[in-house]
Amino acid sequence: MSKSQEPQVDLKLAESFGLNTEEYQSILKIMGRTPSYTELGIFSVLWSEHCSYKNSKAMLKLFPTRAAQVLQGPGENAGIVDIGDGLGVAMKVESHNHPSAIEPYQGAATGIGGILRDIFTMGARPIALMDPLYFGSLDDAHVRHLFGGVVSGIADYGNCVGVPTVGGSVFFDESYTTNPLVNVLALGIVENKKIMKGIAKGIGNIILAVGATTGRDGIHGATFASEELSEQSAAKRPSVQIGDPFTKKLLLEATLELIDSGLAVGIQDMGAAGLTSSSIEMASRARTGIEMDVSKIPLRETGMTPYEIMLSESQERMVVVAPPENADKIKALFDKWELHCAVIGRVTGDGKVRIKWQDEVFADIPVKALVDDAPVYHRESKEPEYLAELHKFDQGKVEQPKDLNKTLLQLLAAPTIASKRWVYKQYDHQVRTNTAVLPGSDAAVLRVRGTKKAIALTTDCNGRYVYLEPFTGAAIAVAEAARNLACSGARPLGLTDCLNFGNPYKPEVFYQFKRSVEGIIAACNSLQIPVISGNVSFYNESLTHSVYPTPLIGMVGLIENLADITTQWFKQEGDVVYLAGNLSSKPDIGGSEYLKTVHKLVTGKCPELDLEKEKALHSFLLSAISSKLLRSAHDCSEGGVAVALAECCISDLSTSQEKIKVNLSAGPNPSPERRGELGLDADISGLAGRSDLKLFAENQSRAIVSCQAADVEKLEAEAKRLGVEVMKLGKVGSNRFVIKGMVDLPVSELRKAWEEAIPDKMR
Amino acid sequence: MKFGVITFPGSNCDYDCHQAVEEGLGLKPVRIWHRETDLQGCDCIILPGGFSYGDYLRTGAIARFSPVMQKVKEHAERGGLVIGICNGFQILLESGLLPGAMMVNRGLQFVCQTVNLSVERNDLAFTNKLEKKQVIRIPIAHKEGNYYLDQRSLKELEDNHQVVFRYCDQNGRISDAENPNGSQNNIAGIVNQKGNVLGMMPHPERAMEALLGSDQGRLIFDSIKAHLQKVG
Repeated sequence: MSKSQEPQVDLKLAESFGLNTEEYQSILKIMGRTPSYTELGIFSVLWSEHCSYKNSKAMLKLFPTRAAQVLQGPGENAGIVDIGDGLGVAMKVESHNHPSAIEPYQGAATGIGGILRDIFTMGARPIALMDPLYFGSLDDAHVRHLFGGVVSGIADYGNCVGVPTVGGSVFFDESYTTNPLVNVLALGIVENKKIMKGIAKGIGNIILAVGATTGRDGIHGATFASEELSEQSAAKRPSVQIGDPFTKKLLLEATLELIDSGLAVGIQDMGAAGLTSSSIEMASRARTGIEMDVSKIPLRETGMTPYEIMLSESQERMVVVAPPENADKIKALFDKWELHCAVIGRVTGDGKVRIKWQDEVFADIPVKALVDDAPVYHRESKEPEYLAELHKFDQGKVEQPKDLNKTLLQLLAAPTIASKRWVYKQYDHQVRTNTAVLPGSDAAVLRVRGTKKAIALTTDCNGRYVYLEPFTGAAIAVAEAARNLACSGARPLGLTDCLNFGNPYKPEVFYQFKRSVEGIIAACNSLQIPVISGNVSFYNESLTHSVYPTPLIGMVGLIENLADITTQWFKQEGDVVYLAGNLSSKPDIGGSEYLKTVHKLVTGKCPELDLEKEKALHSFLLSAISSKLLRSAHDCSEGGVAVALAECCISDLSTSQEKIKVNLSAGPNPSPERRGELGLDADISGLAGRSDLKLFAENQSRAIVSCQAADVEKLEAEAKRLGVEVMKLGKVGSNRFVIKGMVDLPVSELRKAWEEAIPDKMR
Repeated sequence: MKFGVITFPGSNCDYDCHQAVEEGLGLKPVRIWHRETDLQGCDCIILPGGFSYGDYLRTGAIARFSPVMQKVKEHAERGGLVIGICNGFQILLESGLLPGAMMVNRGLQFVCQTVNLSVERNDLAFTNKLEKKQVIRIPIAHKEGNYYLDQRSLKELEDNHQVVFRYCDQNGRISDAENPNGSQNNIAGIVNQKGNVLGMMPHPERAMEALLGSDQGRLIFDSIKAHLQKVG
């Protein structure tokens, strides 16, 4: 191995690494000479959009990130919020969109691998995963291939690694046909005194590479993630890493054991840009330097150059920094787990990253130049012309369906609304025995062992709303996430965001991005929820258009008392059903699933959002739940009041189809879950607008709640006290679903439409 | 009375089994690493679920070579209790401690859901707290749970009453519609002829508290405890 064998560096090569002229010039200036091939490689990945956030950084700085409960805000591997009892929750969401578009199975699988490392490097035991997915129409064979591949990739990886996938969301729209969005959120529990950070502190400390060997897979993966997909993208399949969940499981256990042992001072995962970004970020955070001899790294193939070793994105690897005297103990620990462990360098005080192959220096760059001097761009923003055009939409001109029964069934069978059981049945959602509310309610709920508490988790974003009104649409994503938590009995503690957008060099796309960030900030400030971590994914483009701007929000909340865990489905016949929240907003079907599914239109404005009323609704839900007044609470979202009411009747798995079909009077051993179906007898004529608007408009800040007949007065008094409007809709019925004068159907028919839609399409 | 939980590289449910014994039975279980060759006097050995060795080659096929498995065999030969859950069941099959093999579920997908099980025997160390033909609700979570045995051996298994649990509906009716994975004769769990080695695909350790959906898995753990108390 000799430096003289490295290719010549010039602007053309820099461009092929994804750097522009301006960036290459500034590298020349920083270095005061032409960089070596390895140095150029290091600059190119660290200055890629994926690693440097160069086009988003200026906006991201504006997020509110402080609150009393925040133990770790953005900037580390994951954010952490305090939940009391000396415990914290670490959380982060990431995208694996581009890899999943060309290699759905491995692309989705390695996405999970990456996000799990972010959690356990902080010292947190991962206890939950969630997968928000956005795909084109399931009527398209290629979309079915992508969707099936992504789901089985998530299932095989997540199941094997032993972390439950407790929920997620799936949204279908043609906008995502060739560029699906595959986001993954992980959450872990950490003892606050054991929080570990990714820092290379202590001059003279050793740097170890642990985990799997290093190979040639995934070189320039970060660069690939920072450009648009094109017809040539399939050729970049080798940029997609291959996951090994078994090794990941060993690495997870070994790392947590290492942190517990107190032998290490800093740990960082090797994710995008591999050893390059992990080692340099650690040095940057500690304001130190690093020197590494990459010939010491355990390799899986011969003849790898320093350039390849530094840029490899081989999975299941970590960097550990520790005092030299702990080397043998750390090696023994990784040996027990049958993992590699090699001392590859040391922390220095000169603020430089020096990469050697034995004695020859291949790269010598100031850390500050790579991280702090990375470019920051303020991109041009221009309001897209389509907005004014679509906002002219007049809903009065939409023809009202004659048979509203049929319309409701059609909506329940729309894949975005239909049961996602086909998906989550493939995920182990119970391993580690914490999952108190399984997938299928507004939020997943996990109890916190050793306490009386539980945490609730949800992910939300309707990309169609954000497309129609970026500011309000993004604010709605935050509001809906918080509403889902409140319906489950949880007070929001913090959020993580995955900002999926098109090419930021298009001013219209940057407008969407900028307004979305502003919308999130407005909602966060009003609802007092800090942003604790996140990720930006640009360049989500098909050959003809950018995907809908999709700022996905993942949010965690705390339920102080296990007894307050609340689910969305009705509990008992005769209970009284209310609609609570903002009842005076005008009915608007712009951007609704009804307009899309029934009238084939994506137009209008998204529903209006009154954050004060939203906040009041959450206070009411939480207070009524802790006073034991509510039997169920369900957020009204896609499909409006009618779909929300239907879901209250059909989403309880213990009354799902397979159980209902048996003869209820037979058998020697009645199971506790067994009971008849629950239906509805309601009247919504008090709502404004014509029938289809009453039923299907997606007005925000609303929830369907039910209570025992004896609690009606108390519930109404509580609503009045908190200034929240409530409207009595009727009662929980038996086996028919009746909305007076509009819908009258057997519950079994609703359930059939809702449960069979996705399995039918995937058959 | 001692319970031991073995951890193989890739075991995921060792922690849950540990919690089931500790919180459910109030006993302190012994953690046994797969390279150990001392069962530390445990009366009941639990082989937990998960993906030992990543399910590479075949489920359970590599774990059976772990040093601890020789000791588990000796323990079983002496009449000691062994329960293999999910991947633990698969390891018991590969080790020859129980007959048969697992194929991929007939739907070709991983299945995670709560199922009804019909209790076929209540005269065992594992089931003495259950009623015969009682229906219990316990979660399953597997991709390879499609139990297979050649026809002659299957007849032998049935004739010897070695089937302990079958998938059924909530009234105890056993039919193909209730079979989540395609297992022959809806088999969810079996014992060896001596009745001291149980393999089952469903996860009783996930059904220990009503908070998480079902506490009927506790009946199996309680049965083992009661049996061990009786035999002293």
